[in-house]
Amino acid sequence: MTDTASPATTRKDWASDQEVRWCPGCGDYSILTAVQLLMPDLGVRPEQTVFVSGIGCSSRFPYYMNTYGMHSIHGRAPAIATGLAVARPDLDVWVVTGDGDGLSIGGNHLIHALRRNVDITILLFNNQIYGLTKGQFSPTSEVGKVTKSTPFGSLDHPFNPLSLALGAEASFVARTHDLDRQHLQETLRRAHEHRGAAFVEIYQNCNVFNDGAFDTITSKQNRGANLIPLVHGQPIRFGDEGERGVVMDDQGRAAIVDVADVGEGALLVHDEERPDPSLAFALSRLAPGPTAPTPVGVFRAVERAEYAEQVSAQLAAAQTDAGPGELSQLLTSGGTWEV
Amino acid sequence: MTKQVKQLDRVIIRFAGDSGDGMQLTGDRFTQESAAFGNDLSTLPNFPAEIRAPQGTLPGVSSFQVHFADHDILTPGDAPDVLVAMNPAALRANLGDLPKGATVIVDTHDFSGRNLSKAGYTTSPLDDGSLDEYALHQVDLTGMTVAAVKEFGLSRKDAARAKNMFALGLLSWMYGRPTEATVDFLTRRFAKVSEIRDANITAFQSGWNFGETTEAFAVSYEIKPAPMSPGTYRNITGNLALSYGLVAGGVQSGLPVFLGSYPITPASDILHELSKHKAFGVTTFQAEDEIAGVGAAIGASFAGTLGVTTTSGPGLALKSEAIGLAVMTELPLVVIDVQRGGPSTGLPTKTEQADLLQAMFGRNGESPVPIVAPQSPGDCFDAALEAIRIAVTYRTPVLLLSDGMLANGSEPWRVPELSELPSIDPAFATGPNHAVDDGDDDFWPYLRNEETLARPWAIPGTAGLEHRIGGLEKGDGHGNISYDPANHDFMVRTRAAKVQRIAESLPPLEVDDPTGDAKVLVLGWGSTYGPIGAGVRRVRKAGYRVAQTHLRHLNPFPKDLGEVLARYDKVLVPEMNLGQLSLLLRAEYLVDAVGYNHVRGLPLKAAELAEAIGELVAQAEGVDVDLTPAPQEALS
Repeated sequence: MTDTASPATTRKDWASDQEVRWCPGCGDYSILTAVQLLMPDLGVRPEQTVFVSGIGCSSRFPYYMNTYGMHSIHGRAPAIATGLAVARPDLDVWVVTGDGDGLSIGGNHLIHALRRNVDITILLFNNQIYGLTKGQFSPTSEVGKVTKSTPFGSLDHPFNPLSLALGAEASFVARTHDLDRQHLQETLRRAHEHRGAAFVEIYQNCNVFNDGAFDTITSKQNRGANLIPLVHGQPIRFGDEGERGVVMDDQGRAAIVDVADVGEGALLVHDEERPDPSLAFALSRLAPGPTAPTPVGVFRAVERAEYAEQVSAQLAAAQTDAGPGELSQLLTSGGTWEV
Repeated sequence: MTKQVKQLDRVIIRFAGDSGDGMQLTGDRFTQESAAFGNDLSTLPNFPAEIRAPQGTLPGVSSFQVHFADHDILTPGDAPDVLVAMNPAALRANLGDLPKGATVIVDTHDFSGRNLSKAGYTTSPLDDGSLDEYALHQVDLTGMTVAAVKEFGLSRKDAARAKNMFALGLLSWMYGRPTEATVDFLTRRFAKVSEIRDANITAFQSGWNFGETTEAFAVSYEIKPAPMSPGTYRNITGNLALSYGLVAGGVQSGLPVFLGSYPITPASDILHELSKHKAFGVTTFQAEDEIAGVGAAIGASFAGTLGVTTTSGPGLALKSEAIGLAVMTELPLVVIDVQRGGPSTGLPTKTEQADLLQAMFGRNGESPVPIVAPQSPGDCFDAALEAIRIAVTYRTPVLLLSDGMLANGSEPWRVPELSELPSIDPAFATGPNHAVDDGDDDFWPYLRNEETLARPWAIPGTAGLEHRIGGLEKGDGHGNISYDPANHDFMVRTRAAKVQRIAESLPPLEVDDPTGDAKVLVLGWGSTYGPIGAGVRRVRKAGYRVAQTHLRHLNPFPKDLGEVLARYDKVLVPEMNLGQLSLLLRAEYLVDAVGYNHVRGLPLKAAELAEAIGELVAQAEGVDVDLTPAPQEALS
């Protein structure tokens, strides 16, 4: 997938000539910039790259990338991308979706793409609101959310996108946010390198309909206290002085502690490669929502057979075993007679 | 004992039994034997949607009808000459279809107590005189089968299961069918279980021997081979022919076939068949739902392969929005709808052709989709190739409307020479197609071919042709998002014009009007071709004039259709729906099309159709019509 022999590209090669039309101040701008700046570093080519999206604000993303792209229909991007990636394993296929597109109308396609482990990189922009339809609650909105369609407060229990992805046995699961370009790019780089379906939840601010939803954890002044960086092989700790940490309690739950209380040795050591998803799942449940200390980074990155590669292998094996198909032989298979 | 051999020109046999009695297999083997013998034939399987409905009940009855003849025939036949009934329910469910005097062969084994009451009989029809008007043969098929296979040590239940082969052996004797292929088939099918294999072969041979030796059957029949044009023939079902057509379309276009599909009756066999043909580079993807099936196929088409999706009516409804995306993105896509009874879940295993208007209009916005329909099981091969030709040449989704009768029915099929197949050129875009104002070369994804109005198909991996497509309205030429009112009006009209442009590539309509002066035209589409043709023959045989034509293309219509319709005083349109083609014809040509409509889940009946045609002939010609065949000299 990464062609190291490709001629180098710059951001200019990846930006299309189309005017970007998100609302001024939308978090989508910073994600687009981060991606356009990252692509040259990945050593891939625009003509080998396809961005597929569904419907929603985030799904306008492909129009702004000078690659092959399809802005498809609501919720179906993972299905369309699956067909693309299976038909052409040589391509680099990305899916851009949102909390409504990916988790509501398209939830089924998302979980099935993850369980099949097709080699696609899925970016789910989570702003916890419906933007394009002007402000209804989404499947990640908090209970009690007052919106145009829920003037008395939403009764819907929200999805935890990472728990859902882990439940579908996704082989790569990560979380990042729109205010830290370096973390965003590093997370996307890891997702792109992953062979199989990679799922990245990106906390993204909708400054029109749900402004500040992630401020408690992602703003510069709060980050130190409320973002828990996950680093493979390292004890999980956070806080401006690294004074807080995460342990596994006797119920198998991840819990936040003061390091001073438990000692450094008691801290949970992050292992993104653990074959069973229980550790990653426990970490995904650590925060009740983006209003309390929340882990970011790669939760899970395990090797599992990639789908398109196996499809290609079956095709190749059939041709090796039986030789390439002969049409006249096929049409006369079974009993024939001459007149 | 020397038995009498009687000559017949055609026979219709129906095998009927419980769902678990193997009637489909029995019918299929009899069909294969008849095909190998050289008869023309046509078949009609009919089975319940339940895999195993309660044993011995009416809902559990499964049947297979085969019509074979020494001449060219068009339908599985209206009414069976022979009914083989394996239990009381099978007798009761099918007796109503038999003409008086028909032969009824009954397995007497289950005609007692509970089995009779399960079928709704209070007294045994074998004893109460209710079958007096039929030529009834009472045979203990089960008992004789169990006795014949005793030596293989099977349980009584397993031994009795071979009774369908005993019945097949008996009928094979009665109609002089060749038996070697069935013995070979059983040998292969049960290769791993020798006692089951031997029991089935023995039951089959015992059935034959019983016919030859018993005094109960005094006569056997001979139906000579039918004359056919020279060539290599095989028997084929519609779903198999359609699958082969898709494989052939891949070969002829050089495009790998990608099938995205979700299992649904009666289309699943296409998925099963295509999954075997990986050596042809055919990828089959069993998706999580109908929408993902078509979505993956659209992705595969964007990638530069041939995207195909297969379904039936309910699935087509689910795929509507995605087909609209393919209309907007102008990507090749073949959508196959094997129609069944509707609406909703309807009659999953029965036939109908009531999805025409769904295919035509079942999407939001002005969303034209070309539609093609096969007319017989073997014709599904050609229809699939035609759908692929249109999809690839015009960069458009194409709907192919098959139906349950075509899908599961079979007929002898002349295998085409490869040189007869069309070649299809994907003509991928390879470079820029447009100079922008500053003189630089650029690629415009919506700059059209003047002849076909098709847009270029530029596939990922081609440097310099990167572009974005999607469901939003496109600006003419450059293809970027456009909300301009005049542009939208232009693009809507252009997409419609592109589909109409397909008519330029179609041959003139073939009208069968032997005398050239008929006043009545019978026009159909899809699987009604056989019954219509048979009905037309009856009317002509009785000495009346009638013309027939059949539509392969439902959208666009052939260019000369309006002119053809105008030549006739009356136009009859038989359909297995409430008049969907009639509606389209009336709208397009202001023609007073007369509908003949049945939605019984079964093929139209030739005899009833002949009556309807006769009535119109009487009106148009101002004569009395009597369909009793006239002497030869009366035919002009």
